[in-house]
Amino acid sequence: MVPIAYYLVLSAILFSIGVAAFLIKRNIITVFMSIELMLNAVNLSFVAFAHQWHAVSGQIFVFFVMVVAAAEAAVGLAIIIAIFRARNTLNVDQVDLMKL
Amino acid sequence: MTDSLHLWLIPLVPFAGFLVNGLLGSRLPKALVTTIALIATLIPFLQVANIALHFHSLQLPYTEHVATWITAGSFHADFAFALDQLTLIMLLVVTGVGFLIHIYSTGYMAHEEGYWRFFAYLNLFMFFMLTLVLAENFLLMFVGWEGVGLASYLLIGFYFTKDSAANAGKKAFVVNRIGDFGFLLAMFLIILHFGTLSFSEVLAQVAQHPEWQGGFLTAIALFLVLGATGKSAQIPLYVWLPDAMEGPTPVSALIHAATMVTAGVYMIVRTHGIFDRSPFALSTVAIIGAATAFFAATIGLVQTDIKRVLAYSTVSQLGYMFLACGVAAYSSGIFHLLTHAFFKALLFLAAGSVIHALSGEQDMRVMGGLRKKIPVTFWTMTAAVLAISGFPPFAGFFSKDEILYQAFISPNGGKILWFVGLVTAGLTSFYMFRLWYMTFFGESRAAKAEHNNHGHADHGHGSHGVHESPWIMLTPLVILAILSLIGGWVGIPEAMGGHSEIAHFLAPVTNTVTQAANENSTSSSMELLLAAVSVATAIIGWFIAHVMYFSKSELPAQLAAKVRGLYTLLLNKYWIDELYGAVFVASVVNFSRYALKALFDTGVVTGGGLALAYTTQGLGSLVQRVQSGNIRSYAGWLAIGAAALLLLTYFGFGTHLSFR
Repeated sequence: MVPIAYYLVLSAILFSIGVAAFLIKRNIITVFMSIELMLNAVNLSFVAFAHQWHAVSGQIFVFFVMVVAAAEAAVGLAIIIAIFRARNTLNVDQVDLMKL
Repeated sequence: MTDSLHLWLIPLVPFAGFLVNGLLGSRLPKALVTTIALIATLIPFLQVANIALHFHSLQLPYTEHVATWITAGSFHADFAFALDQLTLIMLLVVTGVGFLIHIYSTGYMAHEEGYWRFFAYLNLFMFFMLTLVLAENFLLMFVGWEGVGLASYLLIGFYFTKDSAANAGKKAFVVNRIGDFGFLLAMFLIILHFGTLSFSEVLAQVAQHPEWQGGFLTAIALFLVLGATGKSAQIPLYVWLPDAMEGPTPVSALIHAATMVTAGVYMIVRTHGIFDRSPFALSTVAIIGAATAFFAATIGLVQTDIKRVLAYSTVSQLGYMFLACGVAAYSSGIFHLLTHAFFKALLFLAAGSVIHALSGEQDMRVMGGLRKKIPVTFWTMTAAVLAISGFPPFAGFFSKDEILYQAFISPNGGKILWFVGLVTAGLTSFYMFRLWYMTFFGESRAAKAEHNNHGHADHGHGSHGVHESPWIMLTPLVILAILSLIGGWVGIPEAMGGHSEIAHFLAPVTNTVTQAANENSTSSSMELLLAAVSVATAIIGWFIAHVMYFSKSELPAQLAAKVRGLYTLLLNKYWIDELYGAVFVASVVNFSRYALKALFDTGVVTGGGLALAYTTQGLGSLVQRVQSGNIRSYAGWLAIGAAALLLLTYFGFGTHLSFR
């Protein structure tokens, strides 16, 4: 049996990669992907703890996160497309104004 | 008659009049404003008259406790009113003369801007003056004391668009504050030593302790005297009263001649139990009084503004009252206060009538020959001039001679005080007849003045020739003239076949030396002699004025040229205003300008503000980089913060922080 610490370390690494990518990358889609990465890092720790404690609620929670992430992906991609149509760029530093 | 007298109504009715006229007056028709103001003064007068009629059947002294005002431990000061013989006389003077002057004002002020404002202030004054007179303790008296100062300020500065009037108001207010400072210190000392501010309790304690002589009583008395010199315009604080003539003439008559300025005298008589124990304080009062009487009379000799002559005359007459108090002849002081209220109010109102007739002209040099044109004013003025100069049987004769006699025989007084008073009587006679001759006799010099059109053009009459005042103004003049004639008869001394009724009437209040002196019939021949001397002095004064201003009208100019130094000195009022200006005003102004403004204002206040501003700005510019507007930098800060929190919870800071 793999000790839980391994899962948690992997989760922390994934989360940190997500944070770093979120801060560093300029492309909106990459930023969006790094958010997904952070969410899934959290999902991993949820599942790991659920397995450790034999509690099913953690796994149910993961489903909720996935649902929310899917909805968010739909809305987020729509926004990104709208932004691209309006500004012809996906660089976040160039869309820091709410008006055109 | 034991039921309540409702003394509280007496001051409160004028206050109601003030509220109505003051708040709504600008929107009410003139007739209604007049009615309200007159009724608000008439009701207290009728009430006082009613009390006076039943006075002999009253249980005296009568005290009316309306409400508790201040309680602190064992100390308390209440809204309490007291009535005794002294109060009654003051009430009659204030409400009676006050009502007459209200009537007069409706005529005098008829064409003025701010008619309602004037009457609102007059009613306010009546409220405070009656509070002052009726108060049963020092604190309530102080409320009235300050209040009349306020009303006086408002009314002196009535023509507030005129700089001189506004400045005169401020001057009166500031000078009075110096006196009030003395009054306050006296009250603190009284609380310290007596634990109460009630007149009756303080005086009872003094009476119970005959061993108290001088000491702290002298201190209290001297502070009270300082207060009195401010309000009653005595040396060294008299300077505001002549300037107060900037106010409308009825105000000068009511506040600055008949009532408010006598408050100091009233206060000394009211607290005379303290003064009786302090010969030093009494001598101070007497010397201040005599000095002021003489000093102001000399200035009055050469003034050319009709109201200024009367103002200095008022200061001088108040000096007589102080002299009377200083020789412990309190009833004589009050007697003179009473007669003075009649004839000085009359003088001012008659002068107002003259000014009215000349469309605002106040300079006596351009008057003259008015005797035939305004006969009623002339004859009433004559009565007042005779009264103030001390000709029998007019009122001023009895009261002034009473004071001179008391000064002469008093162990506290002395021949010098009497002599100063006598000379002053001669001067008084001279300057009053000078005024009389310059105004009413000789050639009319008004014709050329009408074209010059100086004086207040705001009087609203234009120049349509000399005219007698309407009857609404003349009626009070006539009534006051009658009072000036007969007002003194209540105090005809026994030496002249009278009964000194006013002294006997006031005896329960003043209960001291005066009585012993009055009963002393062996000196009645002396009293007659002194009276003859002072009448002779008054006649001499009249004669000199007659020669100088009637038969040989070129004489004054020659005389002025001959003693130019003295004349200039008097004309410039001994340069006292300039002296005060240089010593006190300039030092305060310079201290404010250089020390306070330069150091404190620019240094501490402005500097402090600037330092605060620059510090904030500097700190702001340091941290403003954080607010870059870049979302990702915010996210970075968020991540760093989260990481820091994690590290903090995990490793702690020695003292293991825990988030429970």
